[in-house]
This record gives sequence, C-alpha cells and structure tokens, in this order.
Amino acid sequence: MANVELTNVRKTYPNGAEAVCGVDMQIEDGELIVFVGPSGCGKSTLLRMVAGLEKITSGDIKIDEQLINDVTPADRDVAMVFQNYALYPHMTVRGNMSYGLKNRGIDKASINKKVEEAAAMLRISDFLDRQPNQLSGGQRQRVAMGRAIVREPKVFLFDEPLSNLDAKLRVQMRIEIKRLQRKMKVTSVYVTHDQTEAMTLADRLAVINDGRVEQMGAPMELYNNPATLFVASFIGSPQINLLPVRFDGQHLISGDIKFIWDAKLPTDTDLMLGIRPDDLFQKDDGPLSLRVDLVEQHGADNLTYGGLLGADETDGHETEFCFKSGQDLLPDIDSQLNLGFDPTRALVFEKSSGDRLV
Amino acid sequence: MKRVQFEHSTIPYLFVAPQIIIIVVFFLWPAAQAIYQSFLLEDAFGLSTQFVWFRNYKDTILSTSWLQAASFTMLFSALVTFLSLAIALLLAVKANEVIRGARTYKTTLMWAYAIAPPVAGLMGNLMFNPLIGDLYKFFNAIGWDFDHKLDAFDAGFVVVLISVWKQVSVNFIFFLSGLQGIPKSVNEAATLDCKSPFRRFWTITFPLLAPTTFFLMVINITYAFFETFGIIDTTTRGAPGGSTNTLVFKVFQDGFRGADLGGSSAQSVVLMLIVLALTVVQFRFIERKVHY
Amino acid sequence: MNWRLLSTHAILLIGMVFMTLPVWVAFCTSTHAPETILRDGLQFWPGSNFAETYRQVLFVDGGVMKSVLGFDMLKNSLILGVGFAIGKVVISMLAAYAIVYFRFKLAVPLFWIIFMTLLLPLEVRIIPSYEVVSSLGLLDTHTGLIVPLIASATGTFFFRQFFRSVPDELLEAARLDGATPWRFFKDILVPLSKTMIAAILIIMFVVGWNQYLWPLIMTTKEENYTLVIGIKQIYQVLAEGGELPQYQKAFALTILATLPPVLVVLIFQSWFVKGLVESEK
Repeated sequence: MANVELTNVRKTYPNGAEAVCGVDMQIEDGELIVFVGPSGCGKSTLLRMVAGLEKITSGDIKIDEQLINDVTPADRDVAMVFQNYALYPHMTVRGNMSYGLKNRGIDKASINKKVEEAAAMLRISDFLDRQPNQLSGGQRQRVAMGRAIVREPKVFLFDEPLSNLDAKLRVQMRIEIKRLQRKMKVTSVYVTHDQTEAMTLADRLAVINDGRVEQMGAPMELYNNPATLFVASFIGSPQINLLPVRFDGQHLISGDIKFIWDAKLPTDTDLMLGIRPDDLFQKDDGPLSLRVDLVEQHGADNLTYGGLLGADETDGHETEFCFKSGQDLLPDIDSQLNLGFDPTRALVFEKSSGDRLV
Repeated sequence: MKRVQFEHSTIPYLFVAPQIIIIVVFFLWPAAQAIYQSFLLEDAFGLSTQFVWFRNYKDTILSTSWLQAASFTMLFSALVTFLSLAIALLLAVKANEVIRGARTYKTTLMWAYAIAPPVAGLMGNLMFNPLIGDLYKFFNAIGWDFDHKLDAFDAGFVVVLISVWKQVSVNFIFFLSGLQGIPKSVNEAATLDCKSPFRRFWTITFPLLAPTTFFLMVINITYAFFETFGIIDTTTRGAPGGSTNTLVFKVFQDGFRGADLGGSSAQSVVLMLIVLALTVVQFRFIERKVHY
Repeated sequence: MNWRLLSTHAILLIGMVFMTLPVWVAFCTSTHAPETILRDGLQFWPGSNFAETYRQVLFVDGGVMKSVLGFDMLKNSLILGVGFAIGKVVISMLAAYAIVYFRFKLAVPLFWIIFMTLLLPLEVRIIPSYEVVSSLGLLDTHTGLIVPLIASATGTFFFRQFFRSVPDELLEAARLDGATPWRFFKDILVPLSKTMIAAILIIMFVVGWNQYLWPLIMTTKEENYTLVIGIKQIYQVLAEGGELPQYQKAFALTILATLPPVLVVLIFQSWFVKGLVESEK
C-alpha cells in the first residue's frame, strides 16, 4: 500500500528531445491511475521512470514519502506487466512467477505458497509446469500478471498490457484487471492509448500529450469538462464533433450557419465549437443540417455520418459531423437531416491555444 | 543498443577483460611488430638491423616475384570465386526444387564444409599423383599432356579445382538458406506473372539473392586469399617457378623459409591494406543489403 | 517424371558425386594393401586391409611417423578443436554481454578494438605472432596453440548480434525481479542462448580442428602434431620416395583427419546450418 508522488519530473534525451517535460502528480493509496495519450506522447516513458527503468533528468519521484530517484528498480518494490509480457521463455510458469522472489532470498515454502495462491486467483493453476510457448496469448497475459502479483509490490505498473490480445479477450481481461485491483487494493498505474480502456478502468485518468499532463481527473469529469480541445477530442467515442466558428458579439458564425449565443466570448479570434454526437438531436428547424453519407447500425444505436452543409471548412476539408441516435432513426443516404443541440452542453475552445472558453 | 542497460563500474570491464587481453597480446602487439619490422633491414647474419623506411616495400613489391604472385592471386581469386559460386548456386536452386531425396542431396552437398583445406589439398595431391593418381592418368589418356609439376597452367588448374571443390559447400549452404528465405508468396506471384522458369529465375529469384551473393563474394575472395594457403602448401607449394604463389603463401615462404623478415613484414602490411579495402567494400554492401 | 525433373536430379547427382567421390576413393584406397595400390592405382571399392592399416596408423610405434602415434595426433586435434571452441564461446559471450548490456565509459573504444580483429586474419601477422608466442615461452604448448587463435572476434560479433535480438523487456522484467548482472547472465541469458551456443560450439570445433598454418609453425615437436599437420608430414615422406610408398597410410590419416568434424557436422546438421547462416548476418 503506497502513494506515489511526482514533482516536476522531466526527461530530456541526450539529443535534446524532451520526452517528459515537467509532470506533477499525486497518486493516492490504492488508486488505479491510467495514463492515456497518443503514441509517442511520453506516457510509457513516465511509467518507466516510476519503475526505475528510465533515468529521470530532473524532478523527484516518491513512493510512500520516500525519495526513490536513485533507487534501483528492484529495490523500488514495484512490479510491472509488459506489453509483450516479457516472460522468461526457458522457464516454466512457476519459474517465471517465482524468479523475483528467489532473487529476494525468500524461502522455498513461502514462494510455493504465494505462487499457488496467485495462480488460483488467476485461474492458471493447471499450467504451472508449462513453458510460456505452450500457452495462449490470454494465458501468457495472466502469467505476466501473476508474476507481478506474487511479489506483493507497493505499486503495480501496467504498460499497455492488453494491446497484444484480440478484441474479445481484451474486454474480458480488462474487467478482470479491474476486479483484481479492487480486491488487492494495490496502487496501480496503467498506460494505454485506448480511450475506452482508459475510461472503463481508471479511478482517475491523466491525458498526456507531448510530454505534458493535459488534464487529470475522474473519467466522467474529463468527458464532461475537458480543459482543452485535445482532451475533448481524445476522450469520448465516437469522437466529439468540432465546428470552426467565430463570435460577432451575439452570434456564433460558421460559413452560412449562424445562431445566437449568449455567453461572453472573444470576437477577435478563431473558435472551435465542440458538440458530442450524443448531444445532437433531430430538429426540423435546427441550426445544423447534415448531408447523410453513411449510417452505421450498431444495434441499440445508429451513427449517422455526413458533411455539415454550409459550414466553414476544417483544415481544408469539408467539416464532417457524427450524430448518434436510437435504432429507429434511419435516414436515407444523401438525404438532409436537420439537427439541434443543447447550448449548455456544447463546449467552446480557442482554436490557436486549444484552451476551453465555455 | 539496448534501451536499458546495467550501470556498473567494474563488472563490464571484468567481462571484456579476457578478450581484450588476448587481443592486445596476440593481435595488436604482433600487428604493430609487423609494421615496425617492415621498416627494418637485417643483415645476412642477423647481427645488426637498420631502419630503412620504405625500402623493403620498394624492394619486395616491385620485384617480379611479388608482382607474379599478386597477379596469380587476382586471377586465382576471381576464378575460385566465380566457379564455386556458380556451381553452388546451380546446385542450391536444384536442391531447393526437389522434394524427393532433398535431405540426402543437401547433406551430401554440404558436408565437405567440415574438411580442412590442407586435407582437401592432400587428397587432391594423391589424385594427381603421377604413379597412382587416376585424374593424372585420365587427363594424359585423353591427350592432354598433363604435368602439374612442370607446367604452370596445369599446376594452376590443380589448385583452382581443389579450392573450388572445398568452397562449393559453404556457398551451397548460404544460397540454399537464401532461397528458402524468399517468401513462398513471392514465388507464387511470380509463377502467375511469368511462364518461363528460366526467366523467372533471372528476373525474380536472382535479384532477391543479390545480398547473399554479394556477401558470399567477399567471403570467397577472403577464402581465396587466405584459407587456400593449406591447399597450396600441400599441392604445388608455389611450383613450378613461383607460378602458383599466392600473396599469403609468399609471405610465409619469404619469412620462414627465406628468413627475410623485413620483406615479409612489408608484404604482410600490404596484405593488411588489401584486406582493409575488401572490408570497406563489404560494409558498403552490407549497408545496401539492409534495404531488402 | 518429366524431363525437367529428370535433369534436376541428374544435376544434383553429378554434384553429389563431385562432392563425395574423392573422399570415398580416399577411404577405399586406404583399405587396400600398398602393393595393390602401386600396381592398380586408386581403388573404388573397399579392400580387406582396413583393420591392419588403421591399427598401424593409430597404435603402432613408427607406423606412420618416427615418434608419434596416429592416436596421439587425434588426441591433439581433439584438444585443439574442443579447447578452441569452448574458449571462443566463453570469452566471446562474456565480452558480448558487457558490450550489449552495460553502459560504461570505454565501451566504444573497446568495441572498435575488438572489431579491428575481424579485419586482419592471422595469416597476415603470422610471423610477429610466432615471435610473440615464442618470446612468451609458449611454443609447443596448448595455450600457445589455442589462445592466439581466439583473438579474432567472430564469436563476439555473433553473440552481440544475438543478444541484441533478445527483447529489451526481458532485462527490464529481470531487473524488477531483482536480478543482478551476474544472475541475469546466468539465469536468463545463457539458458536462452542454448541453441546458439551449441551451434557456435559446432562451427568453432570444426574451425579449430581444421587449423593448419598456425599449428604448423607453432609445433616443433612431433608429439604435438595434430592430424592435419601430421598428414602433411607423412606426405612429404612419401614424396621423397622409398621402397614401397605407404599410400594407404596417407589415405587412412586423411580419413581420420576428416572423420570427426564431418561427423559433428552431419549429426548436428540443423544447428550447424542455423549457426553458420545466422552468425554471418
């Protein structure tokens, strides 16, 4: 049981590239924190710095109030589950799980006991004497988790542990990890690029972009109240709709589209209006009209995609919107669909800085 | 390099120490000695030495015997490389095609790798023995006035034949593994696009084997330069009249048999430079190889 | 069977004969009496003299050389082959481990020193090498015979290549598991490299067994001769002529010198091929 504290943590590579530029973070005891962000954003580097596999250029990392900047990975009392599992291919499952304990000089009997317990919890007791190459992907994944669990570490670190599994198994393991973490109440840091995984697993999640934490908070807080354009577009599936607009004092204007806006906004800069697909609804005199290009039927809901008629272009392309509705709304292709939205649920960002204004 | 490495102040040095010590004592020191000696001249009785700058180089390298050895080495290397590559490629392509007996063919074609060049040389020597050698008798019987003891061409023929025989198996192993490395789907796509197997080979398979071929060329040239020493020393020993002297054999002859240390060292240094040049070429090819 | 397949088999058969016939003839000839050989030339079928010839060559004093038995030469060859292979594997694995898995100050210069040895074969520095070994008093010793041959770093490069292909995460996992450098080497890296080690051992055994020039100048006493050196000496005796040239013994010795490396290559064929092809990448 431990809390983790990062203070102004930086990583600069010898060639000058900044992987992590000044991260402050407080992770509470027993919490499951997810680092999410696009590939190359520095989230794995940050995790590996907590593990001690990557040196930090400056800043402090504390586990349990104890400064661990120069403590070796083995002495930090953390365990890690790797993306490719990193099982020792020449050892049996039992050998893999007990290796870390052996190196710590724990006696054979208690090693065996711990391994058996962890194996039972993960339902891999039957495979203890097999070698990793005789196991399926899901089983290897469990062994990797087992290897971490037997150590009873202060902190669990997960580096995209599910990305090598197929979609179905991924969902299953996701639930299992969450359940296990609840049960064991071990402080955990989980890295993923998959926003669904992040949303569903996290107690709190940190959206990371370009080596910086864009925003940190509970999943629904980030969804409802994103601080930046980046967070708004990264969190939520399907992605948030964005319309380039300007404010004339009373109206928001985008090409031929114009509607009244009563909040105060700057008039001298380009803005982005963000509306989630679920916040749109069909309204015959609504301000937005969609040319229907494609309808995806997902079962309970339908997703309608198309170009927004009359709107300004986004980055030189037609602005496209996605509209989520119940299964009974099935518009014809190339028909026109008029949409309205609740202004109180819409988000406005400054385009150049990405900062949220409303 | 690894993303993560151990940081330790003594262990890595302990681990590389044995290798480095051996290299310093048995490699760097002798190599430096060779360079140093190449500038020295020893009198006939080994009583005094004199520093003579590049005289040894001038004397040996401009001598007719060195030039003769150099040109024989070039011709010899070219022939050995070309012939052993061609034969091995033909056999590898064929062995890759057959299913029945494939294992037997492969095994019998690659096993000669294990035979030492001097052993191959001795076997060849006995085959060409005027008293009992069937090959000697055979060539004379078909009207070739064969005598490798006296005729430079015949002597060259003997060393080339034995050297090629010894080298085919290595090339065969590499070509076969290169052929097996070509994805099956590429061959299948080629079969759909091109009817003639002959054309298919030269337009698809051979270009895909190019990295292997370049690599083997360097290996074979190195072989012809150095490892054939054992073959020469057990067959012609440079005879007749130095016509089958390779550069390496001459270094050995002059240094050990002739006791001309300075001249022999100078030749060594020149050889080192040739090998260096070969290596540069090899690295060029390896760089290019990456693109495949 | 169409004509194309037939021609393929024909070419392969010719190749087979080309590669095996000389050794077959050498073997058959070695099993005949010297008189037969002198009268009828080389032999294509085994004769009846097998046991006698090989007994003479291997175990009879003066049977093949003045003071050394064929059996002793076989022993010397084995020592050279095995010693060279083991020495090379151990030393190059340690060095490659340090280079790949450690960050240390002299890593780059040391790497280049090791790399340089690939450029200059023993043959071009043979005379100064001889002088160094002789000044260290190592002539006619196993150390003097084997150690200088290990100086070339082919094995180091092979293991370096292999270690680099081992996933980084294994080291990371091991470090989190509290493995020290030595433990990681012993518990993880060496077991992982088992097949590679076997392959290199086989190749290096063959290379060591087949050494010629270096043992030739290194060994001055007959009792230290390896088979490869020995047959050359007996051939010289034959060439000088005598009453009844003992060709069968020369051939028998040739076969003895060929047999062990050939057996090793045949028995461990798949490892050997893998090692050879991978190591040159």
